[in-house]
Amino acid sequence: MVDPAQNGLRFRTDAPVSDPAVTVEAFAEQTNALAVRIEPGEDVRLLLPFLDRLRLVEVNFPSFGDGRGYSAARILREAGYTGELRAVGDVLVDQIAYMKRCGFDAFQPDELLDRGDVENALSRWPDVYQPTADGRVPIWNLRHG
Amino acid sequence: MYQYDHYDQAMVDARVAEFRDQCQRRLEGKLTEDQFKPLRLMNGLYLQLHAYMLRVAIPYGTLSGAQMRALGNIADKFDRKYGHFTTRQNIQYNWIKLEDAPDILADLAKVEMHAIQTSGNCIRNISSDHFAGAAADEIIDPRPYAELLRQWSSFHPEFSYLPRKFKIAVIASETDRAAMRLHDIGINIVRNDAGELGAAFYVGGGMGRTPMIAPLINGFVPLDQLITYSEACLRVYNRYGRRDNKYKARVKILVHELGAEEYTRQVEEEFALLIAQSIEPPFAELERIRTYFDEPAFDADASDELDRTDPDFAVWSDRNTHPHKTPGYVSAVISLKPVGGIPGDATADQMRLMAELAEQYSFDECRVTHTQNIVLPHVRKADLFALWQKLDAAGLGTPNLDQVGDIIACPGLDYCSLANARSIPIAQQISQRFHANGKGEILGELKLKISGCINACGHHHAGHIGILGVDKKGVENYQLSLGGSEAEDTSLGKITGRGFDEAGIVDAVETSVDVYLAQRQDGERFLDTYRRIGMEPFKEALYG
Repeated sequence: MVDPAQNGLRFRTDAPVSDPAVTVEAFAEQTNALAVRIEPGEDVRLLLPFLDRLRLVEVNFPSFGDGRGYSAARILREAGYTGELRAVGDVLVDQIAYMKRCGFDAFQPDELLDRGDVENALSRWPDVYQPTADGRVPIWNLRHG
Repeated sequence: MYQYDHYDQAMVDARVAEFRDQCQRRLEGKLTEDQFKPLRLMNGLYLQLHAYMLRVAIPYGTLSGAQMRALGNIADKFDRKYGHFTTRQNIQYNWIKLEDAPDILADLAKVEMHAIQTSGNCIRNISSDHFAGAAADEIIDPRPYAELLRQWSSFHPEFSYLPRKFKIAVIASETDRAAMRLHDIGINIVRNDAGELGAAFYVGGGMGRTPMIAPLINGFVPLDQLITYSEACLRVYNRYGRRDNKYKARVKILVHELGAEEYTRQVEEEFALLIAQSIEPPFAELERIRTYFDEPAFDADASDELDRTDPDFAVWSDRNTHPHKTPGYVSAVISLKPVGGIPGDATADQMRLMAELAEQYSFDECRVTHTQNIVLPHVRKADLFALWQKLDAAGLGTPNLDQVGDIIACPGLDYCSLANARSIPIAQQISQRFHANGKGEILGELKLKISGCINACGHHHAGHIGILGVDKKGVENYQLSLGGSEAEDTSLGKITGRGFDEAGIVDAVETSVDVYLAQRQDGERFLDTYRRIGMEPFKEALYG
């Protein structure tokens, strides 16, 4: 495993949460838990009652081709979650720009990513077509002031 | 037609640069083939039996002359001087080298084209009515909505790793020329009793190994909620579509397993949350897009008369034109189905000729049909004879639109690594048979569709006569089905019985057609007769 801080894939200025992320089931019961990890098949909306104490949500991508985590991230952000949203697992260079658009602000890939490739990927798109969780103004709105 | 502004151009240019970089990293070994595969698929690059295939997007099937010419030039420069127009209004090139792909995308970008999301588990190129903007029966041109959906679905970050591919079609007339209800989402723009426009959403149609006709899930979505509602449909699918089995991963299976009512309930629930997020584009954007689809400057004095002196021309104009909403004009269909030819193929020279004819006779516009032909949508009747002469001289004047020779066929085992059997030679033999015996001339409308495997790219489920190639102990075998339709009376064909070998299937088609000819009543099409008399008489003749 790669330390996300060392890998530099954290786009937040607050101090990282050091608590281990617990399962969704455990999180509901452990009233002092701050960090949770959700798996692809789990309903992220189960976390919505706990947004005020959540500091870190890890969304696991066991395989990069399974895109359920993208919806999970947007749903959290749409519900007002402002804590750290970390993509973990099979997280690759060519997916992180899309993940960031869905609201992820930290990445803990299983394999170390080439920093140059990451920078290229994140600076690739001059603009975006859709409004998502990253707050970028879509082309639709840029066209009409 | 739509033209890029600097935003659209910058997005497509960024995509070319991205794919060039991805190819480079693949060649350097930084990306494994497994990691690279979905990336190349989302750029239209598909590994077939003998080479890479590149599928180029033709949004809602609309092309300018310059774009059609560029497609011809790409066929010359990077392929074997031809291309293949597909059932989703795209074009594919069959003999592409991986290292050339970024250069081809760069050539495409110069004419505002791309191969974005023409393959892969993402929202595919949006298809539409090939007579959009010209048909006498449409309530509005559906293409501005298709263009809005194109922009929304391009590089959509949430929906790029869906359980499976996702196809959307948009139409705006009661007559369905786009197989709308055989798409993952079919949208029909309708007018309600108050005279307002809205979108009827059909979700969960498709062909493949489990063909399904999409049920209506919402009869009237206001057009200022079109994108939000689409997003809700997709989100429910992305979260709950099956990922354990690729053959059960399409949204049609989710809708079927949940039931249309429960799927709809979930979509409505998601929609209620999403509408608060204000993700809908500003109305001004739709207005901006619409201006690109304004009517061309039709000649108000264009004569509505047609000189039918030449008998061959008269036959072609009867069969290969479609009524236009403007007096004095027609839409002309160029058949890419010459007798014995490969359905949907066009040579580079033919593409350049079609480009020239579009510029000269059709306000610089042509269309690709899902039946693998090309439409010149706005031709003055007074020009039709001259147009036909030029087409005929180039082998593009076959008068067989919607007839037995106008066959849809997938590439089959001649190209495709998924195929179990060849499709093209069967299409060629059937086309030749019905030309030689003269029956093609007397059959009227008969839609024949051939797939070389159960994935049904040749739409065999929706053929009045459908043929499915299967592998039977290492030998190609062909199942015959009857009674399918992809039009507004959508139906799925039924298998007649045991399959046939290559020679046998051609005979079986003729036998079925003979039953129709013997039994048809006034004005009945093959499909009408089949629906009236049922399967039995056909079975009796085939297996009796």
